[in-house]
Amino acid sequence: MRGLQWFNALSVGATPVEGLPDSLKVADGVVGEQAVRFIAVVTDPQNRFPRARNGEVGLLEGWGLAKAVDDAIEKGDKLPIIAIVDVPSQAYGRREETLGIHQALAAAADSYARARLAGHPVIALLVGKAMSGAFLAHGYQANRMIALRDPGVMVHAMGKASAARVTLRSVEELETLAASVPPMAYDIDSYASLGLLWKTLEVSQIEQPTADDVAQVSDCLLQAIEDIHSPDLKGRLGASNRAASSHVRQLLREQW
Amino acid sequence: MTDLLSKHSFVELGARQRAKSLLDAGTYRELIDPFQRVMSPWLSRQGVVPQADDGVVIAKGSIAGLPVVIAAIEGNFQGGSLGEVGGAKIAGALELAAEDNRNGVPTRAVLLLETGGVRLQEANLGLAAIADIHAAIVDLRQYQPVVGVVAGSVGCFGGMSIAAGLCSYLVVTREARLGLNGPQVIEQEAGLEEYDSRDRPFIWSLTGGEQRFNSGLADRYVADDVAQIQKTVSALLQQGLPEQQRSRQIDFYLARLTELDATPQIDPATVRDLYQGDRP
Repeated sequence: MRGLQWFNALSVGATPVEGLPDSLKVADGVVGEQAVRFIAVVTDPQNRFPRARNGEVGLLEGWGLAKAVDDAIEKGDKLPIIAIVDVPSQAYGRREETLGIHQALAAAADSYARARLAGHPVIALLVGKAMSGAFLAHGYQANRMIALRDPGVMVHAMGKASAARVTLRSVEELETLAASVPPMAYDIDSYASLGLLWKTLEVSQIEQPTADDVAQVSDCLLQAIEDIHSPDLKGRLGASNRAASSHVRQLLREQW
Repeated sequence: MTDLLSKHSFVELGARQRAKSLLDAGTYRELIDPFQRVMSPWLSRQGVVPQADDGVVIAKGSIAGLPVVIAAIEGNFQGGSLGEVGGAKIAGALELAAEDNRNGVPTRAVLLLETGGVRLQEANLGLAAIADIHAAIVDLRQYQPVVGVVAGSVGCFGGMSIAAGLCSYLVVTREARLGLNGPQVIEQEAGLEEYDSRDRPFIWSLTGGEQRFNSGLADRYVADDVAQIQKTVSALLQQGLPEQQRSRQIDFYLARLTELDATPQIDPATVRDLYQGDRP
């Protein structure tokens, strides 16, 4: 519900964008005096696809996100796009695989990346879970990523139970290991140590943001928009816990 | 019989041999080769033996005389999973190919995808690298085609299935599988009723190369044969950019999904009919 709460709090007075799946909340509003488009994926108990009723990013959500972003690109005014991220996972199901959920998520990633290349400032605001394929489709293509500091804000490649099964470990073993290996950890501070976040923020009531919380986040969003001067993702490189990513790029360039 | 004998399996080749087999003779040059020992900084502390190339081969050369960079994932190392180093090799190579194009050099890219997706031992760094790969494909695709090949036997899953969905063209074989979520994970998350990970014919019927091609989610369906795959990739590279990227056919797919009755569980034929109606 956090995604919806933050969407509602930030988009007061905004104009809803119609014609999208019910699991998407999209509206054109303002941050300060800056016009922006807000996009969030929310729960939809009536979703026609039963595996995508709890805020998961599924088929309709992937293609729908692509549509919401493409629509902003077509307007041609380089409107900043704010992706409010609270996505527990991609949808896991037979319908999803058979109908090509990978292609739906590709469409979303494609649109966000093209928006960035076209000069739209794209910001991801992490207020809840940012898991795996869902996050790749909604947020990970942003120029700048901002996360709220809270135990419920979590970036990861796979839920603990599945990760344990796939790596043939117990959940307890996985947790012990994860605590000592920053890229495996589930907490936001470990994630921040990888250099992928632009800022982290502490708010007083993450579940139901106060006026001060909204003001603080809005201020940070404006700073992020101001801070963007190139359409690439180079700003994510440079952390010591991600040194190999820079080293490999440097070697490739030398040997190219 | 003659046909069988004259065929050379692509699937049986390792990543390096696959890359070599696609490039014009004598043009293969590997970047960050295994002798440079750029290995995962994360695996050994978890008791996993790292590999000197981290399971990814980056090679430059030409195909039909066109400048090409190939990124080939070695499915035999850690299930083709992508960690920080292997992921950065692919992303970095694609970024340089896009930069080449901005400098007037028309470098194209071929991705040989045998991968389970993120390497869970490097979880968030694998995921970040895959986001970088997505970004770089979309960037390069503005100028030149990016051709993806899923030959098998690992298949292409997780975040890299999204990368496959971003490719200008996708080539698959009968051995290929393409899907977002691995069968085990779906079974874990959704239950045996939804997805039986041990029922191999069931899984191939839904996510196998033939089904993906027949439902329009892949562009070419080829035999497991080096010469045929080489010829197919070469032709696609020469063809240039597609009229419209599959990942941009938003209205088409949203309309199809809207008309689908999503209540019953779905079978392969339904998807073929749904997606192979009137193509744009």
